[in-house]
Amino acid sequence: MLLFNSFLFCGFVCLLAQLILDNSKLTPGHITSIFVVIGAFLDTFSIYDIIIEKVGGGAMIPITSFGHSLIHGALQRANSMGIIGILMGMFDLTATGITAAIIFSFIFSLFFKPKN
Amino acid sequence: MYEIIIFSHNNSGEEIMRNTKYEKIADFHKVKETRGKNALIAFLSGGVIGLCGEIIIELLCNYFHISRNDATTFMIVIYIFLASLLTALGCFDKLANIFKCGILIPITGFAHSMTSAALDYKKEGPIYGIGSNMFKLAGSVIIYGVVSAWFFGMIRYLIGGGS
Repeated sequence: MLLFNSFLFCGFVCLLAQLILDNSKLTPGHITSIFVVIGAFLDTFSIYDIIIEKVGGGAMIPITSFGHSLIHGALQRANSMGIIGILMGMFDLTATGITAAIIFSFIFSLFFKPKN
Repeated sequence: MYEIIIFSHNNSGEEIMRNTKYEKIADFHKVKETRGKNALIAFLSGGVIGLCGEIIIELLCNYFHISRNDATTFMIVIYIFLASLLTALGCFDKLANIFKCGILIPITGFAHSMTSAALDYKKEGPIYGIGSNMFKLAGSVIIYGVVSAWFFGMIRYLIGGGS
């Protein structure tokens, strides 16, 4: 059931993005930024946690999960540290993704040549 | 004198004709490219990427006996690695032309934007090329994510007292 739900949820997010892209003048850069803000907003009232429970891995793949991880780590740290925890825990959960992206893109940009 | 005017008049008339013909042809081809087809392709390809992510998580959980959270992290790293490699090899742009948002909205699009920016500005040197331009496209995602997460987090903390 989790497999089917991840197919539906991830497909639905991409469908929404494609509809916005086709019917307005926004670029993919605008849309990804908007989706990150939407993900952070959904996690404010723990809606995204419910989605992850029901959907599983499919909910962690769209860019909305990036906003969710940012606010989720911040609130987790804020629980134990107080209000300064929001600043301390912001990158707790997303650090893996950002660090991996930086390292891989740096290594590949050193060894490969641009094709176009 | 008259000849020149007549000639120029004829010439401009022909150009207008050509422009209207061109617009008609362009409109004809624009209508042909349906939006429904794009949306369906984006839905299917995005769905397949989500499905593969869940499959990878369950395989890692079963074969390496790690917790679900760790498996999710590994899955994201695998996707980022694949997207960076495909971008470096030059395949990702062709895939993005076919699948459009289906492949740009998942985490693969984030890795693609960083690697392609780093590759494009490689010729300007390691510091001012790769170093300062790597976050050219992905920076907006991080900045708006952090600002909105801080804002919503403050609201949540002040109203609800943390999670």
